[in-house]
Amino acid sequence: MAEELSLLGMWASPFSCRVKIALKLKVVQYKYVEEDLFNKSPLLLKYNPIDKKVPVLVHNGNPLLESLVILEYIDETWQGYPIFPKDPYERAVARFWAKFIDDKLLPAIRRACWGEEKGREKAVEEATELLQLLEMELKEKRFFGGETIGLVDIVADTLSLWLTSFEEGSGVELMTREKFPKLSKWSHEFASTSAVKENLPPKDELTVFLKSLFGKPAK
Amino acid sequence: MAEEVVLLDFWASMFGMRVRIALAEKGIKYEYREEDLRNKSDLLLQMNPVHKKIPVLIHNGKPICESLIIVQYIDEVWNDKSPLLPSDPYKRAQARFWADFIDKKVYDTGRKLWTTKGEENETAKKELVEIFKTLEEELGEKPYFGGETFGFMDVAFVTFYSWFYAFETFGEFSMEAEHPKIIAWAKRCMQKESVAKTLPDRQKVYEFALDLRKRNLGE
Repeated sequence: MAEELSLLGMWASPFSCRVKIALKLKVVQYKYVEEDLFNKSPLLLKYNPIDKKVPVLVHNGNPLLESLVILEYIDETWQGYPIFPKDPYERAVARFWAKFIDDKLLPAIRRACWGEEKGREKAVEEATELLQLLEMELKEKRFFGGETIGLVDIVADTLSLWLTSFEEGSGVELMTREKFPKLSKWSHEFASTSAVKENLPPKDELTVFLKSLFGKPAK
Repeated sequence: MAEEVVLLDFWASMFGMRVRIALAEKGIKYEYREEDLRNKSDLLLQMNPVHKKIPVLIHNGKPICESLIIVQYIDEVWNDKSPLLPSDPYKRAQARFWADFIDKKVYDTGRKLWTTKGEENETAKKELVEIFKTLEEELGEKPYFGGETFGFMDVAFVTFYSWFYAFETFGEFSMEAEHPKIIAWAKRCMQKESVAKTLPDRQKVYEFALDLRKRNLGE
């Protein structure tokens, strides 16, 4: 039976990008459908009636929602490159940091860069503390996954290109080389991996888009 | 080698209850340690320095945090009996998606019932009704969310049953009247020893929630 695989995504979304990276690592062919988030397609509304968001992976007519759930599905369905660690304990640790990034770190970064002027200093402090935890977790490893990229690296994609764009667009500096030498180095190495490089959106366009989406700059 | 399993938990936590149910389903012997959430132990702070929250499972000295991550870990390590996650990757993805939905929607909205007043409270009530409707649709005519057998999503949601009485009283609605399928499902789950022995008395939970509301709203 021919595999039918489509990804409904959006060019500027780091969550869609995660799925593209994973499919590239597994060397899986798929059809990409670009969604206009201001004019969502009937297909998206049909496959994700719950929150109408991208990415949605559709495999043989079955929709999968939520990037973390999709990444796990991809890893379990296609052999080859291991995205999740094999050991159950390592897997639990990877899942923990992936959840930390999505539930705590990203909202804090958004508040720091694009939140109200009034709470800005506190928001920056909070985001900095959380980034510190991730910096410590990286330790001396090249990637969170070890020698090659894994789940946490893919989920941390927002910290590479998107954070740079956030900083440029908002004028708020968060992940400086002085404060975060390990993460800064990681960001560069991550973005240079072939599976990542060819799936990242163009930086300048991204900065313009994010600025228009999130609002006025800090200064 | 003797297995050492310790659970740092709090009696009323619907997240901690999930782990207790999973441990009971697998027949795992463990040491239960009750935490005073207003005076957290050194062990808790050491084992979960990032969030400082319960539940934390400590397996042979190594901590695993976040209830759904712990339940998956338990399922993967003690894989000889009572599988909680289905074997099919698509069904696993669905279970993970809905468990995450419960975390993000039921808990966050539910707690607004005792942490907010006025309009915000009214909005939370309406949202909760919609959330339970969505869950009832997902359950459909199945005996369990997982299908024919009790599984991961059932574990994720059934612990809230002990909190329904508190939800109903604060929200001024009847779960049985508005969401009969959910009540029927919960009662079915309560026929399982692992669930019945884990869930605390609903009156005790209500009194605890009342106390939380007093402290949050200063009444």
